[in-house]
Amino acid sequence: MCGIVGLFLKDKALEPKLGAMLTDMLITMSDRGPDSAGIAVYGEDHEGRAKLTLQAADPALFNGLAGEIEDECGVAVKLRMIDTHAVLDLPEDKLAQVRGTVKYLRPDVRVMSAGEVIEIYKEVGLPGEVAKRFDIPELTGSHGIGHTRMATESAVTTLGAHPFSTGADQCLVHNGSLSNHNSLRRKLAREGVTVETENDTEVAAAYLTWKMQEGATLGEALEAGIDDLDGFYTFVVGTKDGFGVVRDPIACKPAVMAETDQYVAFGSEYRALVNLPGIEDAKVWEPEPATVYFWKH
Amino acid sequence: MQTFDLEADGLRALNETLQAQVQTTNETAWDVINPRGSHAIAVGLDAPIEVTVNGSTGYYCAGMNQQATVHVKGNVGPGAAENMMSGKLIVDGDASQYAGATGHGGLLVIKGNASSRCGISMKGIDIVVGGNVGHMSAFMAQAGHLVVCGDAGDALGDSIYEAQLFVRGSVKSLGADCIEKEMRPEHIAKLTELLEAAGMDADPADFKRYGSARQLYNFNIDNAY
Repeated sequence: MCGIVGLFLKDKALEPKLGAMLTDMLITMSDRGPDSAGIAVYGEDHEGRAKLTLQAADPALFNGLAGEIEDECGVAVKLRMIDTHAVLDLPEDKLAQVRGTVKYLRPDVRVMSAGEVIEIYKEVGLPGEVAKRFDIPELTGSHGIGHTRMATESAVTTLGAHPFSTGADQCLVHNGSLSNHNSLRRKLAREGVTVETENDTEVAAAYLTWKMQEGATLGEALEAGIDDLDGFYTFVVGTKDGFGVVRDPIACKPAVMAETDQYVAFGSEYRALVNLPGIEDAKVWEPEPATVYFWKH
Repeated sequence: MQTFDLEADGLRALNETLQAQVQTTNETAWDVINPRGSHAIAVGLDAPIEVTVNGSTGYYCAGMNQQATVHVKGNVGPGAAENMMSGKLIVDGDASQYAGATGHGGLLVIKGNASSRCGISMKGIDIVVGGNVGHMSAFMAQAGHLVVCGDAGDALGDSIYEAQLFVRGSVKSLGADCIEKEMRPEHIAKLTELLEAAGMDADPADFKRYGSARQLYNFNIDNAY
């Protein structure tokens, strides 16, 4: 199974409520995925600034990290710790350098996301508990994606939880299972793309990243995925200014969308959408198979 | 009229109450409020009662229905009227995948669109869809009728047995062993009856009929791999 929720706000007045709305949707999808949960939120864009979201099994690894980065890179960074995650706020032009430095200083710390506005939080546990640990209801932003996982293809671990980062300000969540992820993982390895876990979705994320490095747009990468990814999937992808949806040609993994003047919303089930404002009068529909949908600000 | 607040009283209480109605019940009209996309609303009913659901539902609405008429004033999730034996499910909005799957009897009316696998393995149910149906509809359909007032998606009637399919609009593609067939007077009569029962304003003369070419009924060595 697995549950997906997504919310893309058109009405700026709703932005302070994004985290709360997404959390409510996410918790509704708990029975579709009670073993782990994750959320990607796209926050306010500060000119010239970027963010790195880090994760550590032992949060003590974050102690003193900001100072050490400053010593190594000669640049001031702000570190905000939240449970097992930390968000580094830094100058945009130093993002690659700081990312490399973090890897060097703390090899056991993982990068959840990198970009100008994205933050990704994910952990093992019931969706409601995960949201509480990371204060997700307090987050503001223009759009976000959430996932509740019922693991089928790999272990229940933090790194096996969704969303998966696919590049700067990009992420992917998945409901389904891919059947050719092992051969695709080997193909990507030959192209120099490393995949950290045994998880099938991480391979899909790496595939999209690789396609885009080869020059494809996200839309083109998703179109190519319809041919190259074998298995069942409903994917929701997030980008800096929008989000997209694509389902495999068989389309047995559920998907419901709703649109009003205020938002576009995605849910694995209609239940996830029932508390959204004005849902009674929203345009509600099921996305077509093998069709890429995209909304942008 | 009995009103049941699903949010306040819960799904189990609703289904237990509706399933407990006997043939001769005087409480024949039920109004369900706050369905909020819940699964398995009004399943396993077996009495001549009328249940109105005010809003959209989740999976398996009116599954295994016998005798009852369930009217959903909204959309239905996957598997609506699955394995219906008799009675009716009327959906004012759209239906998600595999609506009417394996249905043995009764009438399923979807005023909007139905998505993929509508009427999969149907065994005698009549389904009337006001809009379009998605891919693989009437897959392995054995008996009954599927009427589509709009268009049909890919692989309509794949591996069909003896169900009869009527489509007014276009058919994106026909599945294996499904062919267009002659519309004879008895088919026009049946289609007229179904459209009338469903309250659909459509001219039977505008429809085409599809059914089995009966080439998959016997083993053919040329089909072996």
